[in-house]
Order: sequence, then structure tokens, then C-alpha cells
Amino acid sequence: MGDEAVADWGICPLPEQQPQAVCARWSQHSPAQPCLSHSPVCLQANPFQHRICRVFSTSDTRDDSMSFEDFLDMLSVFSDSATSDIKSHYAFRIFDFDEDGTLGRKDLEQLVNCLTGQGEESRLSSEEMEQLIQNILEESDIDKDGTINLSEFQHVVSRSPDFASSFKIVL
Amino acid sequence: VKELLSLPPSQRSHVLLTMPLHLEEKRNLREAARAPAGTPAPLLSPPSSPQGCRGLWYRLLSLLRAARPWHYALKQIGGRFGSSVLSYFLFLKTLLMLNFLSFFILLAFVVVPQAVHPPASVSPLPFTGLELLTGGGHFTHSLLYYGYYSNITLNDPCGSSPKGSVCPLAHPPLPYNLPLAYLFSIGVSFLVTCILLVYSVSRSFRESVRSSTEELAIKVFCTWDFKVIQRRSVKLQCENICTQLKVEELSNAKHPRPQPCALSITPLGPAARTEPCSGPRVEAVLLVLPLVVSLLNALMPYLFNFLAMWEKQDSPVTQVYVAIVRWAGWGCGGGSPLHLWQAGRLWGQCWETCVGQDLYRFMVMDFIFTLLDTLFGELIWRLILEKKVKTKRRPEFDVARNVLELIYGQTLTWLGILYAPLLPAVQILKLLLLFYIKKTSLMRNCQSPSKPWQASRMSTIFITLLCFPSFLGAAAFLSYTIWTAHPSETCGPFRGLETIYESGKRWVLVLEKSNPNITWFAWVYQNLLENTSLLFFMSVALIAVIYFNIQVVRGRQRVICLLQEQIANEGEDKAFLIQKLHSVCRHKYRRS
Repeated sequence: MGDEAVADWGICPLPEQQPQAVCARWSQHSPAQPCLSHSPVCLQANPFQHRICRVFSTSDTRDDSMSFEDFLDMLSVFSDSATSDIKSHYAFRIFDFDEDGTLGRKDLEQLVNCLTGQGEESRLSSEEMEQLIQNILEESDIDKDGTINLSEFQHVVSRSPDFASSFKIVL
Repeated sequence: VKELLSLPPSQRSHVLLTMPLHLEEKRNLREAARAPAGTPAPLLSPPSSPQGCRGLWYRLLSLLRAARPWHYALKQIGGRFGSSVLSYFLFLKTLLMLNFLSFFILLAFVVVPQAVHPPASVSPLPFTGLELLTGGGHFTHSLLYYGYYSNITLNDPCGSSPKGSVCPLAHPPLPYNLPLAYLFSIGVSFLVTCILLVYSVSRSFRESVRSSTEELAIKVFCTWDFKVIQRRSVKLQCENICTQLKVEELSNAKHPRPQPCALSITPLGPAARTEPCSGPRVEAVLLVLPLVVSLLNALMPYLFNFLAMWEKQDSPVTQVYVAIVRWAGWGCGGGSPLHLWQAGRLWGQCWETCVGQDLYRFMVMDFIFTLLDTLFGELIWRLILEKKVKTKRRPEFDVARNVLELIYGQTLTWLGILYAPLLPAVQILKLLLLFYIKKTSLMRNCQSPSKPWQASRMSTIFITLLCFPSFLGAAAFLSYTIWTAHPSETCGPFRGLETIYESGKRWVLVLEKSNPNITWFAWVYQNLLENTSLLFFMSVALIAVIYFNIQVVRGRQRVICLLQEQIANEGEDKAFLIQKLHSVCRHKYRRS
């Protein structure tokens, strides 16, 4: 497994992490099997863990399990050396909860609920949510079709200098 | 695959890196692009050796990465406290790197040659422990201060013979002129620091100028910090974001901010000292002045914070700006005129060493007060909150105040580098200790920040502050000292000259006389460096370039607005056309 990992380093933007560290982290989770059936430790407190596992998993059974290549893919997208194009592309896929290729109102509502947490007192009321989603769409929907597509998302995200540093997982 | 084949092999992997595809697909593409049908495999390079070499190279890279200092510590801090607190520690790392550079330049060219050829010895005083605090005593005649350095060519055996006598010994092949080395090393270290600072400022400015704080969409899409992995911190982040979003909703109609009404208190400089610096007095008394200044420095931020609470500033950005203005007022009144005062009053004595000792004492006191501040502000406060008030709240790590303290310490180092060449080493030690102490205190005593914080904009402000008032001020004082101050007669590498700058001028004259082939160098020196019209032209050119760039940015903003309108209009056109098509199709369908 180590040799494969090193061989794939050229197409996987991860020069910061040591291949040994990645392999060690992987064998910590699933010592014998090739697949993870639960989220890795670095994601377990993350409210987006299910979406991340769904986006990066390539298993045929659609049970969101991650093989070693999927894990490597995930780490490479979340590393320092991935370009902001790649990051915004995957961020869009993670935020697209219904997987229809655009961020509609339902997606935005679920996104805001993930961000504000699961507690009752920390959720926004429905009027606040409506107002918030309206404001977001006004700001980011350039062609005024009521949804945010990939280019509009990438345009919004490119204006924030914090995106690249916050869309990062350190191993 | 066709696109990949058309590229040269070195670029192929680069393009593959930037494609947002899964690893399996990338691997297939790479295989397909590597062995196209019809071309024979090259005989010279067997397919396994590029793999082997690349593997070796990546292993070497990963070893280098493992040697990166503090990687795990920074990861822990970022994982628990987020990017805002992390920015303080990254700033500390930057300062450490700058100090290392200055230190190595001075060490290599000034300290080591002098250490290898020690001057005619003045008997050193015995070492007592108090020297570490006061910088005097045993340290006065040591490599630490300006007064120890000699003004002769170092490996010249005739250097110490009286002038006018003929020297029977031969001149050394590589004369090492220490005064020149001293002047040039300090100049070079300042130049290198300046270049690095300007480069960092421009890079972070370019990144942060694009953002605007009011955009809700950016807040929603970009604020989630994926680095945070502890459950408690994740919960805190959720609460933060919820509060931010609610506040944005409520304050969509902007309220005018209350103007800060408490004026900045600019104190006068510290009272002039009356006793000479090198005398048979109790050395501990010399600590009084730095003690007082550091005490005031430590208490001022609390006073400012109190005033800030009174003024009800809501975002940390404004708080920091106001704190900076007050701080600058204090700083200008505080430390700067001190050494000019000294220089004015102590002609005839070794005033440079005195100034160096003063700055050393300021640095040591500053360090001690930072430690006390950490102890009382964080540890004891947390104990009080837990035991007496019995809340779960812990003190927060005040990033702005800590960064401003770092900047103050660094300004002292830069001011003192001419008078105490080993001061960067002291600063390096101080920063190393500070890193570990602050990190331990942070982990044990503090909680995550409760207010929203834009890490990149704050980093830009910090590094700009480091560059403009701090570094520029120190460089201005240094230039003033080199150009006009009269070096003392009895000690140091520039004794006997009118100004320090004169040693450079004399060297150029000597060069001109000794080697007629390089008169162009002297010509360059006289007409370009000494002529003020060059400076004038350079300033005019710089201002023109800045104006041009501002106009270009404005023009681009206008173009962006126009393009956005155009896109909205085209969207409407598209919707209209689709509707028309639908109605036409329906018509046709009904007819048929």
C-alpha cells in the first residue's frame, strides 16, 4: 500500500503530508479491511461528515464506505496544495445535498442548519431562514434563475481570502 | 486524453493535479497518456526508473517536511482554537525567521571575526547573576555591545602600531576591515528584512483586499473552519456562526456607529535620568526606568480595553484599529527619544554601550512583564472564575494585545541592533520561550474566541504594522544615527570619525586611489548615492505607478458592474426564449 501511495503522489496534490503518516492513519481506522464503514477520526465532529463521505466514496454498493484511494483523494482535496478551483468544485458538491447539480433553496436551508448546529436554541426561525436565503440568492445568483450553479459558487468563493485556509484538514 | 497527449510530459502531471477527478480516473488517464498506440517505448529509460527516482524524491521531501518545526503544536492550536489564535503563533514564527536572518548575517561577518581576534583586553568584571537582568557589569565589555568592537583591520599585524612608523611586516592578503564590515552587515540585514517585509505585506494585502465583510453569501459558504476537530470547539463554532447570522439579519439596516469619544492619552517620554551609565553604582537601580515603562505598557492595554467596553465597539476589527492608534501614541511618546537624549548628554563617554544596555534592559523587562501578564491574566483569572465565581467561562486569548506586544519587542530589537549586535540572539531566545509558555497557558487556561474574526485581514494588519511604524521608524532612526550622530571617542569601531557614514566615504576614496580600474564604482557612488535628484526621480516614478494602478483597479470595478448587469439581462433573455419555444412547441403539438 505504501508503494502504491508513493506512486500516485504525482497526480495527487499532497506533498505536505508524509505518505507514511497517511498510511498509518488509514491502518488506525481499518487495520485489515480495504474499506472504512465509518467516518475517519478527523471528521467525526464535523457536521458535514456524511456529505464528505458520500462525495468521496466510489463504492458500488452506495453505502458511503471509503477505500484507501477515496481517503487519499479526500486528504488531497483538503490539503494546502490543492488549488482553489479543486476546493471550490468539491465544496460545491458537498453543499449540494440533493445532488441535482445546483444549490437550490432546500440545499441552502440544510446548509445553514448544519452550520448552526443541532441544538434547538441555535436554529434559526423560519422567517429568519427565509430572509437569509433570500439575501444569499440576491447576492450570489447572477443570472437570476433562483439557484446557484457551480460558476456562481466559484465566483462568490473566489472573493473570500479565507476559503482556502478554512477548507483544510491537517493530518 | 487527446489534450493530455498534446502536452509535453512534464506538464501532464501538473494538469492532472489540477483536475477535479477521482484518483482512479486520473490513474487511467495517466496510463492512457503514457503509452499511446504506435510509438515505440524509448530504449534509454526503462519504465521503472522514473518511478523509482520520483519515489526517492518524494521520500526526501517528506523527510524535510518532518523536520519542520512546531508542525504538530500549530496543528493542535488550530484544531482547538481556530485560525484566529493560530495567526498569533504564525506571526511569532515569522518574527523568529526575520531575527534568525539578521543574527546569522551579523554573526558571520561581525561577531565571529571579532571573537577570533579579541582586542587589547580591558579586565572584565566578575560575573554576578544580576547581569542577565541589567546587561551591565560583566557584559559591558563583551561581544554583546558596540564598545567591544575594534576600529582596525583585523588580521593586519601592523594595525596596533603608532601611525607614521614604517611597518616591516607584509600586508595580509585579505584585509578584514571591521568598521566597514560592521556598517555593511547592519545595512545588509536591514535591507534583507525590508525586502522580506514588503514582499509579505504586498502578498497578504493582495489576498485580503478582495474581501468585503458585509457579504452574507461569503459568510455562509466560507466560514466553516474544517481544521477544527474537537467536539467542544465545533459546538462553539456553530454557536458563533448562529450569532453572526442572526446579528446580520437584525442589522441589515446599518446603524451609525458611536464615535470613540475617549481621546488617546499620549504620555510624555520617560523622565531623563540623572546618573551616568558607567559608574560605581548599584546596578539594580538602573532597572527602575525600564520597570516603570514596562509596567505602564502592561497596564495601558487594560485601560484601553476598559475604555473600549465603555464605547461599545462591536467588531474586533474596530477595536484593534482604535487600540493601535492609542498604542502608537504611547509608543511614540514612550521609547523613541530615549537614546537621542542619552547621545546628547554623554559625549566623551561610551554612550553607544549605554544605549545598548538600556535597550537590553527594556527587552528583559518586557519579557518578564509578558510572563507576569500571562500568569495573572490567564492562569489566576481562570482560577478565580472557577473557584470564586464558579462559572464555566474561561478567559479568552487576546490576540490583538499579544501581537502588539510582539511588535513592541521587535521594534526594540531593531532600534538596538546598531548598539548591541547580539540583540537578535536575545530576541530569538525570548521568542522561543514565549512560544512554549503561551502555548501551554493557552491549552490550560483559555477558551475559543467568542467573536467572529477574519484571520487573513488581521494578519495583513499585523504585518503592515510591523513594516510601517515599527520597521520604518527603526530604519529612520538608524539612518539618522549613521548620518549625523558623533561616535564616541573612546570605544567602538567608529571612534575618531566625525560620523559613522564617514568610514564608508573614506573607503571609497581609498578604493579609488588604490585601483584605477574601478573608478566607475566611485563615480556611481558619488553621482547616484550622494545626489538627491535621483531620490526625487524615484519618488515621482513610484507615485506615478501607484496612481496608474489605482486607476486600473477603478476601471476594472466599473467593468465588473457592467458585466454583471449584462449577465442578468442575458438570463432574462434566455428565460424568455425558452418560454417562447415552449409555447411554439405546445402550439405545434395541439395542431398535429
